[in-house]
Amino acid sequence: MTLDYLLDAANWSLTSPDGFPQRILEHLGYTFLALVIAAVIAFPIGLLIGHTGRGALVAINLGNAGRALPTLGVLMLALALVGIGLVPVTFALVVLAIPPILATTYAGIQSVADETVDAARGVGMTEAQIAWRVEVPIAMPIIIGGLRNASLQVVSTATIAAYAGLGGLGRYLFDGLATLQYDKVVAGAIVLAVLAVAIDLALAGAQRLLVSPGVDGRGAGNRPTTARPAGRPAGAG
Amino acid sequence: MNELWSYLETNGGNVLTALLQHIWLALLPVAIAFVLSLPLGALAHRYGPVRHVALTTGSVVYTVPSLALLLLLPGILGTSVLDPLNVVIALTLYSLALLVRTTADGLDAVDSTVLQAATAMGYRPLRRWFAVQLPLAMPVILTGLRVATVANVSMVSVAALIGIGGLGQLFTRGFQLGFYLPPIIIGLVLSVTLAVIADVLIVALQRGLTPWSRAGAR
Repeated sequence: MTLDYLLDAANWSLTSPDGFPQRILEHLGYTFLALVIAAVIAFPIGLLIGHTGRGALVAINLGNAGRALPTLGVLMLALALVGIGLVPVTFALVVLAIPPILATTYAGIQSVADETVDAARGVGMTEAQIAWRVEVPIAMPIIIGGLRNASLQVVSTATIAAYAGLGGLGRYLFDGLATLQYDKVVAGAIVLAVLAVAIDLALAGAQRLLVSPGVDGRGAGNRPTTARPAGRPAGAG
Repeated sequence: MNELWSYLETNGGNVLTALLQHIWLALLPVAIAFVLSLPLGALAHRYGPVRHVALTTGSVVYTVPSLALLLLLPGILGTSVLDPLNVVIALTLYSLALLVRTTADGLDAVDSTVLQAATAMGYRPLRRWFAVQLPLAMPVILTGLRVATVANVSMVSVAALIGIGGLGQLFTRGFQLGFYLPPIIIGLVLSVTLAVIADVLIVALQRGLTPWSRAGAR
């Protein structure tokens, strides 16, 4: 049956190198590494562009261009240029994650009302204080929305790591297709889908913790709103 | 550069076939989803519970990785893994998830006094919907259509991983040839160009459909 592989306890063994726990950990590892690198690069740039208003066109166009890039093509290009291994895979995933993070950070900072920024300046805050203590907290729902989008794409695309000879959940998909074991393919696809939904829910939870109650309306007794800018659905994989 | 041209000279036919398949596989789902999203978006706009169900389902669908969906659909539909129908259905679901939301948002944004004025002028509900409500909601709806189209054009490539045509085949071809650059670069350039052209066409369509947005930028 198609669910045999998923429900076989032997495939859930903690010690097996091809078991689900090991593959999930590998998958999360690739995802986390790429997201951290992308955030370290994209967040400060988005913050700077949003705060100064300089280079806005770059941020907007980069966001659009990122959506148009086929993930598989970027990975193949990276593999062809850098060679097989973790470096090109991470490179491709970082390239995918930067546009949504940068574009939404910019959009979030930019959407902060001018009056609010003027008021902060009026009470004597420095530019850095305005950015960190006024703009970032107010823009937080939108910024996390971008991070959720980026993480979805990276989680899905990390499947391709297996195509480049690494591990992760993509192993089940490609190995299963190669050996015509459809139950293995289904198992990999289901675990991948559940992982993607779980990560998205975890970040939605983080959003509640990180966003000030005064910003999303919880503090004022309003209904909470979840900001979720339109991106593209989970990319390759 | 020379390598690119010589690859095109010897494989021009294959590249063209892949391009045409790509256009077909990317745009057909957008067209289907667009037609379906108008009534569904109208229902979501009008009835709160419908909206809640549609948007929640939509965001879950949106979260499922495309490769996973492409591989799960054959088991659910009984189709072959290699059937292009899986790609069309998967991309239609993603586009629909996005377009129902933007259609509902677009209809929400129409000023209710405008609708009252139309009613007062004697517009019956159906005519009012097509002649007043829908055109005024169009800019928001078309923004969603742009996002869905560009996303589809880039996502179709994934289908090549499971052996279905489109420009993604050029990427897997480059992989099989030991990371041979020409097909990879040609695939990337064509895919991005296609996305840009589709985007520009929808913007042109939007200008044609909503002449008032240019006339009075107040």
